[in-house]
Amino acid sequence: MLRHLPLILKNCWRNRRRTILTVLSISVSLCLLGVMMAIYHAFYFQEASPYQALRLIVRNRVSLAFGMPQFYRDKIQQIPGVRDTCIEQWFGGIYIDRRPEHMFARFAVEPAKKLNMRGEMQMPEDQKKAFVNERTACIVGRALATKQNFQLGQKITLQGDIFPYNLELTIRGIFDAPENDEVLYFNRDYLEESLPVRRRGSAGEINILAAGVEDVPRIETAVDDLFHNSTIQTKTETESAFSLSFVSMLGNVKAFLLAVLGAVTFTILLVSANTIAMSVRERVREVGILKTLGYTPADILGIILGEAVVIATAGGVLGIVLASFMTGVVRRAPTLMDQLQHLTLPPQVAAVCLAVAALIGLLSALVPAFNASRMSILDALRSTD
Amino acid sequence: MAIPLSYNFRNLVVRKTTTIMTALGIALTVSVLLAVLALMTGLQAALHSTGDPLDILVLRKGSDSELISNLERADYQTVKFMPGIARNRHDDPLASLEMVTVINLVSVDAPDGNNITLRGLAPLGMELRQGLHIVSGRWFETGKREVVVGEAIAKRYPAARMGKKLQFGKGEWDVVGVMSAGQSATNSEIFADLNQVSSDFGRIEVLSSILVRARDEVEADALIKRISTDQRMNVTAQSEKSYYDAQTSSGLPVTVLGLFVSVIMAVGSSFAAMNTMFAAVARRAREIGTLRVLGFSRGSILLSFFAESVLLSAFGGLIGCLLVLPLNGVTTGVGNFSTFAETSFNFTVTPQIMIAGVGFAMLLGALGGFFPAHSASKKEILTALREA
Repeated sequence: MLRHLPLILKNCWRNRRRTILTVLSISVSLCLLGVMMAIYHAFYFQEASPYQALRLIVRNRVSLAFGMPQFYRDKIQQIPGVRDTCIEQWFGGIYIDRRPEHMFARFAVEPAKKLNMRGEMQMPEDQKKAFVNERTACIVGRALATKQNFQLGQKITLQGDIFPYNLELTIRGIFDAPENDEVLYFNRDYLEESLPVRRRGSAGEINILAAGVEDVPRIETAVDDLFHNSTIQTKTETESAFSLSFVSMLGNVKAFLLAVLGAVTFTILLVSANTIAMSVRERVREVGILKTLGYTPADILGIILGEAVVIATAGGVLGIVLASFMTGVVRRAPTLMDQLQHLTLPPQVAAVCLAVAALIGLLSALVPAFNASRMSILDALRSTD
Repeated sequence: MAIPLSYNFRNLVVRKTTTIMTALGIALTVSVLLAVLALMTGLQAALHSTGDPLDILVLRKGSDSELISNLERADYQTVKFMPGIARNRHDDPLASLEMVTVINLVSVDAPDGNNITLRGLAPLGMELRQGLHIVSGRWFETGKREVVVGEAIAKRYPAARMGKKLQFGKGEWDVVGVMSAGQSATNSEIFADLNQVSSDFGRIEVLSSILVRARDEVEADALIKRISTDQRMNVTAQSEKSYYDAQTSSGLPVTVLGLFVSVIMAVGSSFAAMNTMFAAVARRAREIGTLRVLGFSRGSILLSFFAESVLLSAFGGLIGCLLVLPLNGVTTGVGNFSTFAETSFNFTVTPQIMIAGVGFAMLLGALGGFFPAHSASKKEILTALREA
């Protein structure tokens, strides 16, 4: 097979326009396949980082829109295996205007606890101190600071909507973190003081830091059991499961992605099969000549299959290059999905793409190659088209 | 003189394998596009037909959804007696104080449950909603722990069918009826008695919104201004229609993703169509020569091959329409980030979007067919006739 490689390559290059068009067509489809698979991977297969694996999030069972009483935290803290807890409150609000590029996550948190909770956050000591001590301080993730052009010491105003109070905040720290770095944290005490007394004392979410990974499943059920008979029941899940529940709000994303993957794969199969069928049809006479020269049916089969695989794989390589460029575009687009903010083309996805391309090339050429290899010399030589 | 279209048609029939494979590729592209359009049309239909231009929704200033809005009962008294409000036959002003919250319902495809809008309202609220009617069972009775569920909810959530009990708030509620309101978003809501709901959720004084019917369109504008500028209350008013129209944005992420996918697939398919047409031109070189000898001009050759490509892809577009038809009427739902609740709706394949799909396919064919047709028309008679 390998000794036929020069011949295969020559054959590929014979009808240049067709090969280029086929490679382009396959690469565009494969780029799509790659991006979709990367998204699927980011949503459903991403391994939680060691820090994330230790964290759980408790929320009101009914809906995220409602909080829980603050004292739930003290009860949760008593559960064995819970190292620390932190109350987190989604603030919502408007920064400058309602345009999507000015939308980012803003949470009221307990500063010292949050820093302890997210051990992966890297920030100079003095900035940490300022965040803990200064009531109107806030910190932002590096990615957010870059996108919004935030500087240390800058004052920003958040106009409230869920909480109808405007907050004046000063950026006192910029942290680096491998994930969840497009977020702003500010002091929950500041928010509580602005609220009327009857709205105080509510916790939107409670974050839990477990002592060890083995404690996580136990804590998950222990918390929900604890409040099972209260008016406000809770739902506890790991941090990654929590972020996935946002994905499901977009609709049935899984079915959508799988449907597109199926359609794209089938399209590539059609394109590739069509091309190979065309090129085999043109060369029937040539096959006859090869046979008179002593090429066996197996050789012919190998040459035609090889051509299909080479073209499809070339499309695959170009597709992967395009896909890694597209994931970069997705990364820069404004979105609240943390999974998409760090979208990359993982090596295993790229490998699967290439394998799919090669396999499709092989499958698409199977019928024409088999027919050509079995054709008798006389029939082949007599063919006029 | 133009070459008859039947020539192109016969050519497509003769090369049926290639024709079908190319057309299928285009069909898949078109069906992805149509699925997205059907989703958007369904969502728009659901949200659009909910609002009546005479109905005005009053929310707390700054809140863009009923769920995060909160109003005091006193505000209701102020709004109710404003001039310009339509009255029913008992001479009561048509103004309904409502409380909106969400509850979690579990279904087969969402084992963790989805958030469903629960609306507490008085009988006046039902009277205000035109087109709303009971499909089976009866309305809930005032003062009882009973709920009426929207048609889409009953269809999607087995736990919320007639005769079942729902567990939320401070206890159990009986499902006593199923309601329908055409295509509107009310179909994905649950209705119950205002006082029962507000006491269960500890919100007797703090409710969500007021729905008001204006006497006519002129009064509607005046009423919106009057309510929004009233210094006694911290509220804004808008027509219900504009409120629901704004919420169509919840389908935006899926739509953007879908359009992105279909545009990229379109690029790929137009390359494939180009390939097929180039092959057709190469194979029919002698035919082209003959046509030229017969006196057909370069222009008519160009037109003929161009038409063939468009014909081929229109065929693909039609298959695409057929592929997407089974999707029509399938119920799905999208979550909404401003209400944190789910809106159910049906995929709606309308003739308009099918025409758009075929048009899109023909555009693909035109893009893919131009260069091959151009190269066909550029062939010299003698060399064309001599080609194998």
